[in-house]
Amino acid sequence: MLDRLQRGLRSVGHPVINGVWRLGYASRFFALTLLKSSLSFRRIRLTIREVYFTGALSLIIIVVSGLFVGMVLGLQGYETLQRYGSAEALGTLVALSLVRELGPVVAALLFASRAGSAMTAEIGLMKATEQISAMEMMAVDPIARVVGPRFWGGVISMPLLAAMFSAVGVFGGYLVGVVLIGVDSGAFWSQMQAAVDLQQDILNGVIKSFVFGVAVTAIALFEGYDAPPTAEGVSGATTRTVVTSSLAILALDFILTAFMFRGV
Amino acid sequence: MENLVEIKELNFAYDKRPILTGINMEIPRGKVVSIMGGSGCGKTTLLRLIGGQIRPSQGHVKVAGRIMHELDADELYAMRRRMGMLFQFGALFTDMSVFDNVAFQMREHTELPESMIRDLVLMKLHAVGLRGAHRLMPSELSGGMARRVALARAIALDPMLIMYDEPFAGLDPISLGVIGNLIRRLNDALGATSIVVTHDVQESLKIVDYVYFVSEGKIVAHGAPDAMRRSEIPFVHQFVHGEMDGPVPFHYPAADYSGDLELAEASGA
Repeated sequence: MLDRLQRGLRSVGHPVINGVWRLGYASRFFALTLLKSSLSFRRIRLTIREVYFTGALSLIIIVVSGLFVGMVLGLQGYETLQRYGSAEALGTLVALSLVRELGPVVAALLFASRAGSAMTAEIGLMKATEQISAMEMMAVDPIARVVGPRFWGGVISMPLLAAMFSAVGVFGGYLVGVVLIGVDSGAFWSQMQAAVDLQQDILNGVIKSFVFGVAVTAIALFEGYDAPPTAEGVSGATTRTVVTSSLAILALDFILTAFMFRGV
Repeated sequence: MENLVEIKELNFAYDKRPILTGINMEIPRGKVVSIMGGSGCGKTTLLRLIGGQIRPSQGHVKVAGRIMHELDADELYAMRRRMGMLFQFGALFTDMSVFDNVAFQMREHTELPESMIRDLVLMKLHAVGLRGAHRLMPSELSGGMARRVALARAIALDPMLIMYDEPFAGLDPISLGVIGNLIRRLNDALGATSIVVTHDVQESLKIVDYVYFVSEGKIVAHGAPDAMRRSEIPFVHQFVHGEMDGPVPFHYPAADYSGDLELAEASGA
């Protein structure tokens, strides 16, 4: 009886202790990344290079997805609004949905799967092939030289990608709503202009995407740096990046929305 | 002769599993010293302890008069700038060309103008016979070429101590000879000290001044290459002559063979 109780406690305690330890290690890693970020700005070319790899190379998936999401919003929105005789409000619906929610969230989910997984795999493989150890032995701090520029590259890219997603999404809504279905173009744009507030909607959307950028990039880099140096280890870390980042994005979105849009 | 590296009563364990026990070693300046032993005997761990990448459980490693595990981060990095290390498979940065790999430390640690860095990199690559390959990416190199580029990178800042982790692993006989020759020639030309961790007996005995044999985390023999070739110490004899059975048994410890095959039960039935 006592034995079974001990085994039960152990089976609960072990993962809890591991989880707390890992959380502490991740927090320390994140703090070190921030503390050692000066190199990322002193040698800005390192960061720009990462903006290119994480941001510019993610543009295709962001633009194509944004276009389709906007088109679907246009279709669904029109179907619902026209029942209440408010089809002219389509521009408002499309823009607010994208700028407040879908732009930052969907762009962040796509960013996690495309750029986040790539970052984890790259750093995991650098570790597995001893490139990180080689850097340490050359008296170069890998957190400052490898992790820092990637972190800031991701953080800078994310709001830009979310803005691009929303802009292309609005265009997709316009294509379906105005060009295809025939909603009045003037009403589409003017209602959107009147309803979308720069600070309340656009700025809050940018803040959201910035927070998602920090979360996704930090998770991706930590998972890569912490990955066991084997093929299995790197593949497991890549999967964890996508799963953990996606859950973090959705949870953070709920928290941020609750604070930003209460009573609006 | 003054010792560049001194190891005293060094113990190291992962959790509670001992890896190295009671290691004492002296590596004089200007010499090429080899640490030999079977896979998993703790050779690479010893190299990592010398480089200050891990801390000993007991004892110390002294490099150039400084105890490695007592150095703070800045002092450790300052010490590592005077060391070069060749990793087992080169560990070249795969997103950089051969040129940029060799230039990496110069760009990180010096304020040299790019024109001077270019000349220095080409000189280092010329020393390993790969000046013509400076534009190639690591993925375009053979195993032997990658090892030579890594060697050029390891000597980029003219280190006082060069460490080699299994420099001969997986190389064809020509590359093997080339790397062996380069280790000796570069050590003498640079006035450096080299530590070669390897299990390639024949190649390393040709180029080194002194050998330490490590087995199960302990030094079991040491001496000049000729003395080691003639040694009658069972482990050294088995290792140098590549014998199948000896102190290092052929069979992994197992239960009784006939019992495993259930022969007794079968004959009883």
